[in-house]
Amino acid sequence: MTQDAIILAPGRADRHYWRDLWRYRELFFILAWRDIAVRYKQTIIGLAWAFVRPFLTMVVFTIVFGRLANLPSEGGAPYPVLVFAGMLPWFLFSSILSEASNSLIGNASLISKVYFPRLIVPIASAATALVDFAVNLFILALVMLWFGYMPGARIILLPFFVLFAVVASLGPALLITALNVKYRDFRYIVPFIVQFGLYVSPVGFSSAIIPERWRLLYSANPVVGVIDGFRWCILGGDTALYPPGFALSLVVAAALLWFGVRYFRATERSFADLV
Amino acid sequence: MNDIVIRAEKLSKKYVIGHQKPGGYTALRDVAAGAARNLARSVRDIARGRPIVAGDEIEDFWALRDVDFEIRRGDTVAIVGRNGAGKSTLLKILSRITEPSAGCVVLNGRAASLLEVGTGFHPELTGRENIYLNGAILGMSRAEIRCKFDEIVDFAGVEKFLDTPVKRYSSGMYVRLAFSVAAHLEPEILIVDEVLAVGDAEFQKKCLGKMSDVAGSGRTVLFVSHNLAAAAALCKRGFLLADGRLVASGDIASIISRYAQGGEQQARLEFRPRADAPSMASITIDSAALAQGDLIVDIAYTAPFPIAAIGGIALQTSAGARAYTSNCWMHEYDNPLEAQAGVLRCAIHGLPIIPDRYQLSVWLCDRHVVYETKVDCMTVEFPDAHMRQHLRGAIETGCIDWPARWQGRTVDVAAAAHE
Repeated sequence: MTQDAIILAPGRADRHYWRDLWRYRELFFILAWRDIAVRYKQTIIGLAWAFVRPFLTMVVFTIVFGRLANLPSEGGAPYPVLVFAGMLPWFLFSSILSEASNSLIGNASLISKVYFPRLIVPIASAATALVDFAVNLFILALVMLWFGYMPGARIILLPFFVLFAVVASLGPALLITALNVKYRDFRYIVPFIVQFGLYVSPVGFSSAIIPERWRLLYSANPVVGVIDGFRWCILGGDTALYPPGFALSLVVAAALLWFGVRYFRATERSFADLV
Repeated sequence: MNDIVIRAEKLSKKYVIGHQKPGGYTALRDVAAGAARNLARSVRDIARGRPIVAGDEIEDFWALRDVDFEIRRGDTVAIVGRNGAGKSTLLKILSRITEPSAGCVVLNGRAASLLEVGTGFHPELTGRENIYLNGAILGMSRAEIRCKFDEIVDFAGVEKFLDTPVKRYSSGMYVRLAFSVAAHLEPEILIVDEVLAVGDAEFQKKCLGKMSDVAGSGRTVLFVSHNLAAAAALCKRGFLLADGRLVASGDIASIISRYAQGGEQQARLEFRPRADAPSMASITIDSAALAQGDLIVDIAYTAPFPIAAIGGIALQTSAGARAYTSNCWMHEYDNPLEAQAGVLRCAIHGLPIIPDRYQLSVWLCDRHVVYETKVDCMTVEFPDAHMRQHLRGAIETGCIDWPARWQGRTVDVAAAAHE
């Protein structure tokens, strides 16, 4: 039992952090499950909400960008499919961001009373976003079936891009979550990012329409790389990936994740005193 | 073999608090200058990654200061002390919720804390779901919970409502279920804070029984409660904390008597008044009147603007049951206040209450807003004017002490048989 000795001293909290995180994995699953269960309880049409939002957004974007602005599609795919393939990762990103950033405040009573690695809370709340994502993926399949548009073999790489989307979302999400505990101003920033980002990122249009000389800079937004990747593997055909841009997005996403985790860890030990 | 389970050395915890200078702002220029100063400091705090502290002056507040102790395997230790003595801070450090500012603690073995029953219960989830959720939060594995599930349900007595969302539970059922999950934890070190102040008497007894089982099986229990009777029944050792320092440690009887002695001197509590909201400045109990059985409480307050002050007091038994309440609406209120500062006096003469020690809670409000509540902030001991021999305290006898007339009547056995 002596090898289990825990030493509590200033600055010592993180010695066994990653081991603790693994030890508390069951709590992670149960918190994720709780968030999902609660989300669909006491709603009349439950899952249907997950259908309505992306479907209507797709219709509006197709009309605005595809018909009115007459923007070109990619690789011969019907415009609604192009929009949907971009919306899929975008909704994943935005819901992880909003769910995670409120998660610590929402679980304040837990945090001020029980010890566990705090990283569990925002990551578990991201699980709800993944459930919605699965629903959206199903709608996309229906839409593609409707248009009789079949994805190519690249579709098997989709899990990698889902992971990329989660990584790209968790970096900023952790950063904002940690800041939100200390300075509540940050909760007003999330809706702004979500609203603004929808138009800045290539959700309603193909990123191929961005002029060549701006394209690398444009890819500094990690969501651009994520969306391009999704389109590349879902739309198939002659859809091309822009390699330097994609690499930049990967690097930015990884850097943000590193910074987010670091900042979260640095502030984590004072959460209970602040929340 | 090293039998020390918890060892603390020079354990300290500091909080930074801010308060505003007395006097207040008068001119717009001062307000603007003050706001600018505060903004500048907030920006500096953000840049250094420190929490923002409001107020003009910043002060370090030591919630715990240089606390040293050792606890051996199988010890049951009660931590006693007034509100603000540092008990909760100590428990928070031991349960790893917050980290110490200086010093260190070595824990040998898994510690689990019961800081408040029902932590993490979600109202929308059913009883069954909440058992798993709460168990996981308290550090049990799913296999462990599954294996104790029936025992937990049985102990709580909620079989019929397992699949009902807990928001439809009565508060009694809710607490029973919550405690029951917690009671089935099997850590080497169990940290318990104030959980016994809830539930009915029978359930409290059950809880105490469960906790003494835990203690009996050689595990270590740390117990914080205002319920001194429970502490005495459950624990062998005691720590007395005052103002963040460990004042005494030793066997429980000596600690409790030392704590109780301290209680009689303290007939006045003073607070630092807040500048931004109405708040209490002091609470005073007239000790001389109390010796005669009259409770006279003075509540002094200050406010940044005139308020139509309304006050209230309540007495609770050491088991947490409400014994008496009075406020300015319920009872006579002469010369109602409408002022920035004032004293509300509450005088209760000849209260028919069972002689015992009670916890006093005080609140300050006006017609619309409750400004401040001080729960269990002072101890009031009602003496027995009749020096009766057979009094057993409010937990057992109830709180009302009203004379009854008992009379005997002999029945003539022969006459009764004749009828």
